[in-house]
Amino acid sequence: MATLNLSAVRKLYPNGAEAVKGLTFDIADGQLCVLVGPSGCGKSTLLRMIAGLESVTEGEVRIDGARVNDIGPAERDIAMVFQNYALYPHMKVYDNMAYGLRNRGMGKGEIDTRVREAAARLELAHLLDRKPSELSGGQRQRVAMGRAIVRDPKVFLFDEPLSNLDAKLRGQMRVEIKNLQRSLGVTSVYVTHDQLEAMTLADVLVVMNAGEIEQIGAPLDVYEAPASTFVASFIGAPSMNLLPLASGAFAGVRGVPANAVTIGFRPEDAEVIVAAGASTSDLTLDAIVEAVEPVGAESFIYARAGGDRIILRVAGRTQAAPDDAWVIRVPAHKIHAFGTDGRRLQERM
Amino acid sequence: MARPRVTFPNRILPYLLLAPQVAITLVFFYWPASQALYTSTLREDAFGLAQEFVGLDNFRRVLGDPNYINSLQVTGIFSVFTVAVALGLGLLFAVMAEKLVRGRGFVRTLMIWPYAVAPAIAGMLWLFMFNPAMGSFAYMARTAGYNWDPLLNGSQAMILVIAAAAWKQISYNFLFFVAGLQAIPKSLIEAAAIDGAGETKRFWTIIFPLLAPTTFFLLVVNTVYAFFDTFGIIHAVTGGGPGKATETLVYKVYNDGFVNLNFGQSAAQSVILMVIVIALTAIQFRYVERKVHYG
Amino acid sequence: MIERSFGSRLFAYAVLAAAILIVVFPIYYTLVASTHSLTTILRPPLPLTPGPNFWENYSTALFGGIGRIGGVGVERLLFNTFVMAMAIALGKIVISILSAYAIVFFRFPFRMVFFWLIFITLMLPVEVRILPTYKVMVDLGLIDTYTGLTLPLMASATATLLFRQFFMTIPGELVEAARLDGAGPWRFFKDILLPLSRTNIAALFVILFIYGWTQYLWPLLMTNRNDMGTVVIALRKMISFADADTQWHLVMVTCVLAILPPVLVVVLMQRWFVKGLVESEK
Repeated sequence: MATLNLSAVRKLYPNGAEAVKGLTFDIADGQLCVLVGPSGCGKSTLLRMIAGLESVTEGEVRIDGARVNDIGPAERDIAMVFQNYALYPHMKVYDNMAYGLRNRGMGKGEIDTRVREAAARLELAHLLDRKPSELSGGQRQRVAMGRAIVRDPKVFLFDEPLSNLDAKLRGQMRVEIKNLQRSLGVTSVYVTHDQLEAMTLADVLVVMNAGEIEQIGAPLDVYEAPASTFVASFIGAPSMNLLPLASGAFAGVRGVPANAVTIGFRPEDAEVIVAAGASTSDLTLDAIVEAVEPVGAESFIYARAGGDRIILRVAGRTQAAPDDAWVIRVPAHKIHAFGTDGRRLQERM
Repeated sequence: MARPRVTFPNRILPYLLLAPQVAITLVFFYWPASQALYTSTLREDAFGLAQEFVGLDNFRRVLGDPNYINSLQVTGIFSVFTVAVALGLGLLFAVMAEKLVRGRGFVRTLMIWPYAVAPAIAGMLWLFMFNPAMGSFAYMARTAGYNWDPLLNGSQAMILVIAAAAWKQISYNFLFFVAGLQAIPKSLIEAAAIDGAGETKRFWTIIFPLLAPTTFFLLVVNTVYAFFDTFGIIHAVTGGGPGKATETLVYKVYNDGFVNLNFGQSAAQSVILMVIVIALTAIQFRYVERKVHYG
Repeated sequence: MIERSFGSRLFAYAVLAAAILIVVFPIYYTLVASTHSLTTILRPPLPLTPGPNFWENYSTALFGGIGRIGGVGVERLLFNTFVMAMAIALGKIVISILSAYAIVFFRFPFRMVFFWLIFITLMLPVEVRILPTYKVMVDLGLIDTYTGLTLPLMASATATLLFRQFFMTIPGELVEAARLDGAGPWRFFKDILLPLSRTNIAALFVILFIYGWTQYLWPLLMTNRNDMGTVVIALRKMISFADADTQWHLVMVTCVLAILPPVLVVVLMQRWFVKGLVESEK
C-alpha cells in the first residue's frame, strides 16, 4: 500500500538525448496508472526510473513518501512484469517465483506458503514443476505476474506485459490483470502503446509524447475531451477525424472559437443525411463514399470530404455504397476545436 | 526500441574479473611479441657477447636468403595441396553423407576421429604405413615396382606430409560442410528440381554457390592450419628434410632459433609470420562482418 | 525430400565407404599393429586383422619397464598429458568466462581497450613468437613445470569471444529481473549465467581438451626432462627408422594410448563437440 510521487523527473542520456523532460504527477494508493504513448515517447524510461533500473538525472521519485532516487531496485520494494516475461529459463516455475524471496533471506516455510498462494490465485498450482519452455504464452505471463505477487510489494510495475500475446489471449489477460490489481489493491504503473489496453485498464491515464505529458485524466474524460490533436488522434480507434478549418470543405461551422485552426469529431459522432439542408448550428460536410467495411455490430464508412479523408462509424448495417454522394452532419456539441499549437480550445463539452 | 546493454553498476569488480586473462596475456603474449620485434633489429656477434642494432638488415638478409625463399615455396606448395585435398574431400564426403536416409550419425561418429589425433601423431601414423623399412603400403609400392622412399625422395616426403595434414583436417571440414548443407532451405532444392535441374546440375548451380560463405571461411581456417598447426607433422615425420624439401616457414623459425641459434634472423622470421597471421585474421573478420550484414 | 535414383544412392554409398576407409584406416592399422609382435611388424605387409600379442604388448608397455622412454613409464606420460589437457581446458574456461562477463555485463573506463587487448592475441599464436616466449619462460623459471606447460596457454581470445557472443544473446530484461529479485553481480553469475552457459561450457571443454592433449610445439619447448614430457613428445623420441632397436610394437601401443582418450572424449561428447565447433567459429 503506497503512493507514488514524481516531481520534475528528468532523464538525460550521456549522448544528449532528453528522454523524459521533467514530469510531475502523483499516483494515489491502490490506483492503476497507465502510461501510454507511441514508442520512443519516454514511457518505458520513466517506468524504469521508478524501478531504479535507470538513474534519475533530475527531480525526485518518492514511494510511500520516501525518496528512492539513490536506492537500488531490489530495495525499493517494487515488483515488475517484463514485456518478454524475463523468466529464468533454467528454473522451474516454483523457483522462478521463489528466487527473489530466497535472495532476501526469507524462511523456507514462508516462501512455500507465498508461492503456493500465488500459484493458486493464478491457477498455476499444477505447473509449479515445469520449466518456462514447457508453458504456453499465457501461462508464462501468469508466472511473471506470480513472481511479482509473491513479493507483496508496495508498487507493481508492468512494462508492456501483453504485447507478446495474440489478440484473444490479450483480451483475456487484460481482464485478469485488472481483477488481480483491484483485489490486491496494490498501486500500479502500467506501460503500453496500445490505446485500447490503456483505456480499459487505467484508473488514471497518462498520455505521453516526446518525453512530455500530453494529458492526465480518467480514461473517458481523456476520450471525451482530448487536450491536444496528438491525444485526439492517439486515443480512440478509429481515431478522431481532424480537419483543417482552412480546407474550405465546410458548408458552415458555428460555435467554434475564432482562433481554431483544426476541428475534429469522433467517427461515431457524425450523422449521415441524404438530403442537404441541415440546421445551421451544426457542421455539415459534403462527402463521397469511398469504401464500406461492415464488421457486424457496426460499419465503418470511409469517405472523402473536399481534400480530406474521413471515417464514420454507424451501428449495424449501412446502405452506403462506394461513390454515393452524402451530406455528413456533426452536432455542434460534438465538435472539438484546436488552436495553432494543437492544444484544445474549449474548456469542456 | 534498442536500449543500451543492461549492466551492473560496479566500479572495481570488472577489473578483478579481467585481471587473470590480462595478466597472462601481457606476460606470455605481448612481452614476447615485443621482444621478437626488438630482437629482429639486433645482431649478435659470433660469441653472443655483444649486440648491435642493425635496423632492417635482418629482414634484408632473411628475404635475400635462398633457403628462406625455398621455405616460402615449400610452404606455398604444402598449403595449397593440403587445403585443396582437405576441402575437396570434406565437401565430397559431406554431400554424400547428406544423401543418406539412415546412418548419418554413424558416418559422423567415424568421420570425427582424426580431429582428436594430434598432428604429430597423425604424421607418425602415415609414416608408419608408408615408411620404406616396414610400412605395408611402401612394401606394396615396392612389389609393384615403384621406387618409394619418402625419407630420401623430397617429392614423396612432401606427398606424405600433405596426406597426413589433409587427413587430419577432413573431420573439421566435413562437420562445417554438413552444417552448411543443412542450412540450405530444402524448398530451394525442390524448386530447382521442379525447374528441371538434375542432381549434378542442382549441386553446381544451387548448392555449391550457397555454400560459398562456408567454403570461404574454411579456406581461411585451413590456410592458417596448414601454415601453423602442421609444425608437429613436419617435425615428427621429416624434420624438414630430406634436404630442405619440407622445411616450412614455421619449422624454419624453430630450426634457426633453437638449432642454429641465429636469434636475430629467427626473430625477423617471426615478425614476417606475424604479418601473415594478421593478414589472414583480417581477411577472416572482414568475411565475418559481411556475413553478419548480408545474412 | 527428393527421391534419389538407385544409381545415385549406390554412388553415395561407395564414396562413403571409401571415406570411412580413408579416415579410419590409419587408426585401425595402428590398433592392429599394437597387437602383433615386433617380428611380425618388421616383416611387411602387416596382417589386416588383430594379432595374438594384445595382452603381452599392452602389459609390457604399461607395466613392463622395457617400453620406458628415458626411464619414464607410459603412465607418467599419460598423466602429464592429462594434466595438461585438463588444466588448459578448465583454466581457459574459467578465465574466459570471467573476462567475457566483465566485458558484457559491466561498463567501465577502458573496457574496449581490454577487449582489443584480448582480441589481438588471436594474431599472436605460439608459432610466431617461439624464441622470445621460450626466453620469458626460462627467465621465470617455468621450464619443466606444470605451470609452464599450462598457464601461458590459458589465455584465449577464442573462448572469450565465444562466451561474449553467447552472453550478448541473454536478454537485458533477465538481468533486470534478477536485479529486482535482489541478485547482485555474483548471485546473477552463479544462479543464472553459469546454469545458462552449461552447454557452451561443455562444448568448449571438448574442444579445449583436444587442444591441450594434442599440443606439440609448446611441450617440446617447455620440457627438457623426460618425466615432464607429454605422450606425443615421447612418441617422437621413441621413433627412429635408422635405429634397428626401435620397439615398434610398444610404439604402436603408446600410439593407441595417446589417441584413445581424446577420441573417446570427442565421440562420447559428440553432441556438444559438434555444436561447440560449428558455433564457436561463427
